[in-house]
Amino acid sequence: MAESPPLDATSREALAELLLSVADDEFVIGFWDSEWTGIAPMLEEDVATSSIAQDEIGHAKVLYELLAELTDDDADRIAFGRASDAFRHASLMNHARGDWAFSVARRYLYETADQVRLAALAGSTYEPLALLAGKMRREETYHLMHADTWLRRLADGGSVGRGRLSSSLECLWADAQEIFAPLIGEETLVHEGILPEPMRAMSMTWQARVRPTLEPICGALPAATPSLDGRTRRTSDFAWLHGEFTSVARSEEAATW
Amino acid sequence: MVTRAAIGSDEERVWAELSRIPDPEIPAINVVDLGVIGSVNVSDERVSVELLPTFVGCPAIGVMQEQITARLRALNVADDVEVKVSFNPPWTSDRISVAGRERLRLAGFAPPQAAETPGLIGLEELAVMPIAECPFCGSRDTTLENPFGPTLCRAIYHCSACRQPFEQFKQV
Repeated sequence: MAESPPLDATSREALAELLLSVADDEFVIGFWDSEWTGIAPMLEEDVATSSIAQDEIGHAKVLYELLAELTDDDADRIAFGRASDAFRHASLMNHARGDWAFSVARRYLYETADQVRLAALAGSTYEPLALLAGKMRREETYHLMHADTWLRRLADGGSVGRGRLSSSLECLWADAQEIFAPLIGEETLVHEGILPEPMRAMSMTWQARVRPTLEPICGALPAATPSLDGRTRRTSDFAWLHGEFTSVARSEEAATW
Repeated sequence: MVTRAAIGSDEERVWAELSRIPDPEIPAINVVDLGVIGSVNVSDERVSVELLPTFVGCPAIGVMQEQITARLRALNVADDVEVKVSFNPPWTSDRISVAGRERLRLAGFAPPQAAETPGLIGLEELAVMPIAECPFCGSRDTTLENPFGPTLCRAIYHCSACRQPFEQFKQV
């Protein structure tokens, strides 16, 4: 495999931000969804949700490894050794899993946005990321199918499910925008083709794609744009999850895994 | 100076040994027939193998790397053995060999659907619910019960003809 051309310090820093943001999204949504393991509404869903969560955490692992190589760090330290305010996931992932409809709503918003993002990243000039994104896209196709099936099932299934889905979508809509929050150094990334499309453009593609599906369910969704602090706001829900997923690593800090 | 013929034979020994290493999650199939060996390079100093994971988050990757390293080290072809994970090309279900598909079927797993045209299955084609042939009775009157199974790479079906649930090696 051909080595990617060396990056200057500015590009490397910006690329690190990009890798961290995607990795943290996958990592945190993976952990939230793994909270359903053992208690999903039915056995089939228990298996499916756990499997999807495992995929997401697996994607995060490889992204953290790319980042560790780039910044001469350690993937386990990045994943389990950071303080909660050092995480860079979009604020969509700040919420606890909520009820089933809430998790379905979040997963649908996330998967559709992730699909737009991965399609762009598969064309990145940073080859290790392009190859990984190409592989992830194929797996994420199944996640999207799953989220789409559940969205329709709840929307068409009766007033209780539809009502819960609708209020969850309304509640999460603004925070879902933050998947496309501007990154530090984004201009450099776009200029070098590491990020083939600006976040703002991806955000518009995504909105145009999901509004026709979501608005018949929950009514007109407000105009919304990503915000500058979309990946730095943290909540007490996330502080709790962070305590959970770092608990094993903290219990024996000198251990090797 | 090693001659070309000698290098060729070392490479053949490596491939032969790899074809005797079972997949840790589905031992009925070996890693070569599964298509997870991307490339093999042999020099005096080193045997380099590229491993293409079926799924990015497959928890068996580490075990496979260890097993392959140990088995190739025992071959004594070179001083060093290196097994690197690669996504170039991405592993896709069409990499499973004809022999591998048959071994999967005999072990009670439906092989993934073969691509309409050789090569990479398009993303759009993937999104269509695939058909699986029952590995027990051969019927195609089957229903996808869950695209997610006991491991990341397996889906669960039900056969309406012989009324058996079965697993399919997922098309990806």
